[in-house]
Amino acid sequence: MAVLRYREALNAALREEMARDERVMLMGEDIGVFNGAFKVTAGLLEEFGEKRVRDTPISENTIVGMGVGAAMTGLRPVVELMTINFSLLAMDQIVNHAATVRYMFGGQVKVPMVVRMPQGAGHQLGPTHSHSWEALYLHVPGLLVATPTTAADAKGLLKSAIRDDNPVIFIEHEYLYGQRGEVPDDEDFTVRFGEAAIRREGSDVTIVGISRMALTAARAAQTLSEEHGIEAEVIDPRTLRPLDLDTILESVRTTNRCVIVEEGWPHGGVGANLAALIQEQAFDDLDAPVQRVTGADVPMPYSKPLEQIAFPHEPQIVDAVLATLGARA
Amino acid sequence: MAEHVAHPAAHPALPEPDVAREWLETMTIIRRFEERAGEMYAKAKIGGFLHLAIGEEATIVGSTRALRDEDYLISTYRSHGHTLARGSDPNRVMAELFGRVDGLCNGRGGSMHMFDLANRFMGGYGIVGGNLPLAAGFALSSDYLGRDEVTLCQFGDGASNQGTFGETMNLAALWRLPVVFMVTNNQFGMGTALERHSAVTDLMRKGEGFGVPGMRCDGMDVMDTYRVTSEALAIVREERRPILVEAVTYRFRGHSMADPEEYRTKEQVDEWRRRDPLVVFGDQLVAAGILDEDERERLDREAIERVDAAVAFADASPHPPPNALYDDIYVLGDQVRGWYSVDERTPTPHRGEDERAMDTADLPRDEHTDVAAPKSADAAQRDAD
Repeated sequence: MAVLRYREALNAALREEMARDERVMLMGEDIGVFNGAFKVTAGLLEEFGEKRVRDTPISENTIVGMGVGAAMTGLRPVVELMTINFSLLAMDQIVNHAATVRYMFGGQVKVPMVVRMPQGAGHQLGPTHSHSWEALYLHVPGLLVATPTTAADAKGLLKSAIRDDNPVIFIEHEYLYGQRGEVPDDEDFTVRFGEAAIRREGSDVTIVGISRMALTAARAAQTLSEEHGIEAEVIDPRTLRPLDLDTILESVRTTNRCVIVEEGWPHGGVGANLAALIQEQAFDDLDAPVQRVTGADVPMPYSKPLEQIAFPHEPQIVDAVLATLGARA
Repeated sequence: MAEHVAHPAAHPALPEPDVAREWLETMTIIRRFEERAGEMYAKAKIGGFLHLAIGEEATIVGSTRALRDEDYLISTYRSHGHTLARGSDPNRVMAELFGRVDGLCNGRGGSMHMFDLANRFMGGYGIVGGNLPLAAGFALSSDYLGRDEVTLCQFGDGASNQGTFGETMNLAALWRLPVVFMVTNNQFGMGTALERHSAVTDLMRKGEGFGVPGMRCDGMDVMDTYRVTSEALAIVREERRPILVEAVTYRFRGHSMADPEEYRTKEQVDEWRRRDPLVVFGDQLVAAGILDEDERERLDREAIERVDAAVAFADASPHPPPNALYDDIYVLGDQVRGWYSVDERTPTPHRGEDERAMDTADLPRDEHTDVAAPKSADAAQRDAD
């Protein structure tokens, strides 16, 4: 085990997969000479050269579209978009092409491509650089969606994403880039899609946390234990497509209560979808309505205090858990 | 009609007799195929939108014949002709129009989304300008893998106004990608005339600001189209840089079958029809002694028979079975073994690959579509128990 920052773990995954497979190549804005806006690709241009690490013009839709075309014809491109907000410029290529061509052409082609992008609030980047949109991509059949939280998952999931034959939307988090965690050194270490991680065991309530919110949920669980004697089970789904619903349902059937925490907007969110799945599958096991803790239903404001109340923190999670236990503080 | 060509026999680019005959045959197949497709659309055998390329046959055949087998061709939603010219079986193209299981894409794509990997026809695409970045991606692969292949990317004058046009020209020039971009200028972006949708109407110049030089061919003339496209492909293959070729042509029919054509005059259509590429080229071959009138007629009759056979094949091909609904969304394997989905057909969440286990034969018939309607996985399971 080595202790790496999340961004270093991603960097290691890229380096190892590029060394393992000549067809893996990187494209993105400022990923080469500049070493990446968030330094995830640091040193890779030097190591692998301009053929395999390509700085691109600021043309998101075309960069992603070229990735789709290259993936259809034998390469395994990893495209970096500087923030998830910029990915909207590439929505045509992601949804109408990457997610669709295999199906609409009757299975004649595959699109083994990864589109990496960071999301998340907390750095006062305002309404065009701070959102959390895993729900947008979760909506689309044909895409896989990963939301790694720990450094180990960042590495293991990215390696799996690169090796997979499907287009993967790989959603990183700006806050998490600097977080450290233990990461296996083994170059064959991968994390399989569709397998949730139980971050903390407990029998009183299930908390499902998406992306950074898995960490916030774990802290809330600690508070619940110490201050309220409530033992929460914290689940990090790690990938949303495919989703390990079985692990979540198994937990809910034990705890009979569920709180879903996400940084994104409430309407049509990951939690809205998951709450529907849980009530369809485990209605009779629920002792209380499924609770959601989400980002505020607003564009992300710049003002520091406004931004801080626009995405979930521990107290909201604690409150939601107490509410689902009928013991609102 | 031959008066439009002053000295057909002296045309410098007249190909070898066998080649010339094959070009005319292919152009004729495309023409007859499109006409029959239009009829089948009127009979509701074909759904959705149907965009015919009647009038554009010389552009299609002249450009695709300049390609090598290993080169990539990518086109738009008006692509029946391109896939036929590339060698696709007319039976399977027609079956795709009919939405049947034997279609090129198993009935999933329809008219706007043809694809034939075996013939390196890399697709028709329904998003105007959406195919340009993909073309650059194919060329990137060729370059990266050290292969000699070139990509020919067809799109219309309307697509030259999309953001992807400028973005892709810039990237292809910057990275010296082997692509010939061919703007098929048929004078209209749907119903909006060229001079009403593009500030620069000299389309071959539209790539210059991005470092992509332009060439132009007479898209009504299969020999000129072949000559110019061949030249462009040779430069691109040799010098590893993109070229934009403008093929000036005209579609004789509406944008789609649902087009009252109120944006152009009958006189204009008639004017262009006098330059019908099939008639002009056929006349040239007769004048050159490559073909006599009997052979010309037989060639046309054979094309009609071929297309009739395609219609019969398509009509006899079954609709895709309901349990094909979830096929090919993902490449399933050890990593992705399925995905949770919920819909009105299967009120309980299920993993996608379970759909394959549904038994088609037992399913109730839907009288509106005559397609077996799927029932819930639960019901299927109950029946199985």
